[in-house]
Amino acid sequence: MSGQPHDAPDGTPTTAPSDGQPVAPLELTEEAVGAAVDAALAAAAEAGDLDALKQVRLAHAGDRSPLALANRSIGQLPGAEKAAAGKLVGQARGQVTKALTARQVELEAERDARILTEEAVDVTLPTERRAPGAAHPLTALMDRVSDVFVAMGWEVAEGPEVEAEWFNFDALNIGADHPARQMQDSFYVDPPEANLVLRTHTSPVQARSLLTRGVPVYVIAPGRTFRTDELDATHTPVFHQVEGLAVDEGLTMADLKGTLTHFAQAMFGDSVTTRLRPAFFPFTEPSAEVDLRCFVCAARTGVVDPACRTCGGTGWIEWGGCGMVNPRVLVACGVDPERYSGFAFGMGVERTLMFRNGVADMRDMVEGDVRFARQLGGIA
Amino acid sequence: MRVPMSWLAEQVDVPAGTTAEQVAADLVRVGLEEEGIHGGDITGPVVVGRVLTMQPEPQKNGKTINWCTVDVGPHGPDGTGEPRGIVCGAHNFAPGDLVVVSLPGAVLAGGFAIASRKTYGHVSDGMICSAAELGLGEDHDGIIVLTRLGHDAADLAPGQDALGLLGLAERTVEVNVTPDRGYCLSVRGVAREYSHSTGRAFVDPVADLAPGPSTGEGHPVLVQDDAPIRGRAGADRFVARTVRGIDPTAASPAWLTRRLTQAGMRPISLAVDVTNYVMLALGQPLHAYDLALLSGPVVVRRARPGEKLRTLDDVERPLHPEDLLITDNGTGEQASRVLGLAGVMGGADTEVTDATRDVLVEAAHFDAVSTGRTARRHRLPSEASKRFERGVDPQLAPAAAELAVRLLVEHGGGTADAAWTDLDHVAAPEPISLDPGFPARLVGVDYPTEQVVATLREIGCDVEEADGRLVVTPPSWRPDLTGAPELTEEVARLRGYDAIPERVPTPPPGGGLTDAQRTVRRVREHLASSGLVEVLSYPFVAPAAHDALELPADDARRRALRLANPLSDEQPEMRTNLLTPLLDTAVRNLGRGESDLAVFEGGLVVRPSPGTTSAGVPGTDARPSDAELAALDAAVPHQPRRLAAVLAGQAEPAGWQGPGRPVGWDDAVHVARQVASAAGAALTVTPDEHAPWHPGRCAALHVAGAGGDLVLVGHAGELHPRVLARLGLPARTCAVELDLDQVVAAGAGGVVTAQPLSRQPVAKEDLALVVPRSVPASAVEAALVMGAGDVLESIRLFDVYTGAQVGEGRKSLAYALRFRAPDRTLTAEEVQAARSGALRAAEAVGATLRT
Repeated sequence: MSGQPHDAPDGTPTTAPSDGQPVAPLELTEEAVGAAVDAALAAAAEAGDLDALKQVRLAHAGDRSPLALANRSIGQLPGAEKAAAGKLVGQARGQVTKALTARQVELEAERDARILTEEAVDVTLPTERRAPGAAHPLTALMDRVSDVFVAMGWEVAEGPEVEAEWFNFDALNIGADHPARQMQDSFYVDPPEANLVLRTHTSPVQARSLLTRGVPVYVIAPGRTFRTDELDATHTPVFHQVEGLAVDEGLTMADLKGTLTHFAQAMFGDSVTTRLRPAFFPFTEPSAEVDLRCFVCAARTGVVDPACRTCGGTGWIEWGGCGMVNPRVLVACGVDPERYSGFAFGMGVERTLMFRNGVADMRDMVEGDVRFARQLGGIA
Repeated sequence: MRVPMSWLAEQVDVPAGTTAEQVAADLVRVGLEEEGIHGGDITGPVVVGRVLTMQPEPQKNGKTINWCTVDVGPHGPDGTGEPRGIVCGAHNFAPGDLVVVSLPGAVLAGGFAIASRKTYGHVSDGMICSAAELGLGEDHDGIIVLTRLGHDAADLAPGQDALGLLGLAERTVEVNVTPDRGYCLSVRGVAREYSHSTGRAFVDPVADLAPGPSTGEGHPVLVQDDAPIRGRAGADRFVARTVRGIDPTAASPAWLTRRLTQAGMRPISLAVDVTNYVMLALGQPLHAYDLALLSGPVVVRRARPGEKLRTLDDVERPLHPEDLLITDNGTGEQASRVLGLAGVMGGADTEVTDATRDVLVEAAHFDAVSTGRTARRHRLPSEASKRFERGVDPQLAPAAAELAVRLLVEHGGGTADAAWTDLDHVAAPEPISLDPGFPARLVGVDYPTEQVVATLREIGCDVEEADGRLVVTPPSWRPDLTGAPELTEEVARLRGYDAIPERVPTPPPGGGLTDAQRTVRRVREHLASSGLVEVLSYPFVAPAAHDALELPADDARRRALRLANPLSDEQPEMRTNLLTPLLDTAVRNLGRGESDLAVFEGGLVVRPSPGTTSAGVPGTDARPSDAELAALDAAVPHQPRRLAAVLAGQAEPAGWQGPGRPVGWDDAVHVARQVASAAGAALTVTPDEHAPWHPGRCAALHVAGAGGDLVLVGHAGELHPRVLARLGLPARTCAVELDLDQVVAAGAGGVVTAQPLSRQPVAKEDLALVVPRSVPASAVEAALVMGAGDVLESIRLFDVYTGAQVGEGRKSLAYALRFRAPDRTLTAEEVQAARSGALRAAEAVGATLRT
């Protein structure tokens, strides 16, 4: 065993260092050797820690321990007795070494266990070294919407926020004198002769996509939009929409309806139901509003709550506008309406987030308060 | 549009017991959205009362109240027939008047509960009601005097229920009418839609309103439109009817005033009430003139330069040459006096008054565009202009005038002239050729031809079948039906959108997100996961904000796009950079108690080029020409996508884990490095001086451009202390802003080629150098890299020291270098050679080995 002390080379009898007293030479009798072994085993068992055990080892297995001395004295015995005495002492020393080793293992295990206990920490302590970051829930939601459509094979289109009036209005069949042009409270760019507006909806991306991508086209366009509303709990002059446009051969309102239901379920859960309600938009014909069965009252309980704040007691939540692309839009963008048809839809992202995540006040989303993004963890 | 249930039931067969909610639901199905349901919300004793006495009592607060006793029949105090004492603040009534009294126990509009209460030294035992208190309009001051609403005193008895009398027990459905459905701004139109939705029989009120044939020349009317807008005459129909000898004191009948108030209009006088009633009933705006004040023929013409008109709202308005006017001779020549803005608002000169005996009724059809422009120009959205702008049935005028004449004669006691005027230049509606299979192809429902034909006939179209196509002539009240898609919508909505099946289309295979879109997303996720919070700021900026940031006078960021109609006059500009509004957002957050802040924002800014070009407005009959598209492109200002971050306070606050670490300039530069790394672009950082940054702590950020040249993409570092103090931001606040488009472009397209990983042992060497403080670390590092040669695997600066040990004006930079060859264990000599090479190169830029 490595680390085991070796006998002193000169073979001089020594005293055990434990008591500093000279040790009387051991009689090489079974009794005497047995007694030395017993003493060693008892001392090993009594050793309470590794330091004590080290002393025990020195005293009972060290160079000057009785058994070591006894071992050395064997050489002086008559030849005939050497073998028996050698065997006796050898076995005795083996027994002692084994016991010491066993006790060593035991005490080391105890020490290790104690150290691990002492090193225990309070794992409930806070771990973050800084407050967490987060993407804004509106951008996170727009990404999610994009993912839903990308998974269906659509692409994500973008357009400028300061937009030519032609793209924002005229190309979408909203002529200069169209009453709908007044429905949109537009920010106009100075001077008016520039014919520029802050886009009032993401619909100009429809015209841009048709002109630049050609057909067939399937695009989703999330983006920032502007109207001259004062900020309050339900209005903001700067908001976001997602626009969808699909133009291909043979598209019908059934495609629109199926796409919207899929979209609604991706946003609000598989149990949500939609309805289309006739409406009017200059750039779609036929046009519809898409409503969701109120998932706060009607859809959950089967009964419309007249006091429901989410649906206003109507059982339906207005989600957005949609319809089949007006052939005039296709013509203005150089697409043959005899061959191609398409559908388009637009939803408010803030509105979607309000319904989806129960946001009661629009201002929480738009004031740039970091607590809002942190609250939703950037996961819309 | 508000439609009382009983009025609706006069024009369409509404089954008994139908609720207002059911009617609203039926109308929603065909596209008339519910705006609200009114009426029926007042409960409890609201009765007719006769004012017996009225004692004015001046109060200390300057007001005078009236202490009244009111006979309320059997509803007297304690069930007696005694009068009740009531305090009333209004003065527009007199003893003997029949009024409306809410008794204790009644609950009025808005949940206002009536109880006996002590006030002004009396116990007021009920309330004498105004129109507003009963939810009948905005008029709070005027007490309702029943005889003024057309109720005959002989029919009224104190104590009688007043709720039914005023129509308050009845419910009214309010629907939102979309701009294409002008005809639904009438009970007639809504009744028609209710019939379409439910199949119940529509009873056209116009059917028995045919006027008798004119016996001769009516009041002379001339339409002299010498400047039609878009080639359309301002007026293509003008019916003028005359009623003479009306009793000027005659009041409108109670049923009529009740309907007006239910529909949200205020009763004014018999002539005005009748015109409003006919408009609500049929959708035809009318105007009543005092015939005695008219002089010469009525002439419809455009305004002349310099002309003015004082309208009924007592505002003098300068007129525009496009304004269509109603004129007469006045005291001068023909058409010299302006009577009103056609289809928008009348003038004061020929208004009917309480002395008017002879009335001229105008029922005309004015052009939608002309009326709309005039209403917008003068900011006069009237009930009439709202209807003309959305399209009025040009064939309605004779019937509407007839109904008005009948009502005036019946209730005003006059006689109608047998001769009347009808200028009729209405063009016949254009027939539309429709493939009967088109609705099915567009909607996805298999509508048989006979169903398409029946549906179109149901909405009033004339349909003929010829050669497998349908020739559809829309009814006169549907100017919105201009093509096959519009007809298709009619088929789809009447047959029900619910019947449309669902199908998910299969696009051609897509490419997913573009590289740039993916990168923008990765940048955002990167920053968010390293502790920055994304915020969205409004892009509206005050010009003074540029001064606050100390931007130089010629700085491109001062060249901003201005809005013609900003929300706030103080912030008329669009942001040219993200930092300006983002710093405001940071200030707001700090004000709300966020002392340690790390926010970022990505978005478009507007960078107009000098010199404005016009986008032009191409036509829409075909794809714009390339030149037109180029003009559109050129006029739309450059709007690069940028990214900015603001860091303030502690990057890591002190906590149980250790002491805090304040935000430093390096955190801002690191944000830029993270962005570049997420984009796959190599970022070069060099010292710079650039507002609003601290001149000694500002880094210019460059990426490699398309031609290999470095392109400046932004700046990062600590902000200028003066700017911080001015904005109220904490000292040492740091910021970064860069052009994300350019960073993305610099990293785009490159597919990273993998290098084999060497499995040979690494050799490590440290090198401590002393350089003058002016030598940038990046230059030292570049030299070391170059000098160490190919075997250098990595280099890391692990210590920067300035102080006495290295001497004044010098700094120590300590680098850890790792060497490794791809194919062999480097010998000690090779490592030493590389190290010496690195040192020699560093010495060339001013470094010495630190000893």
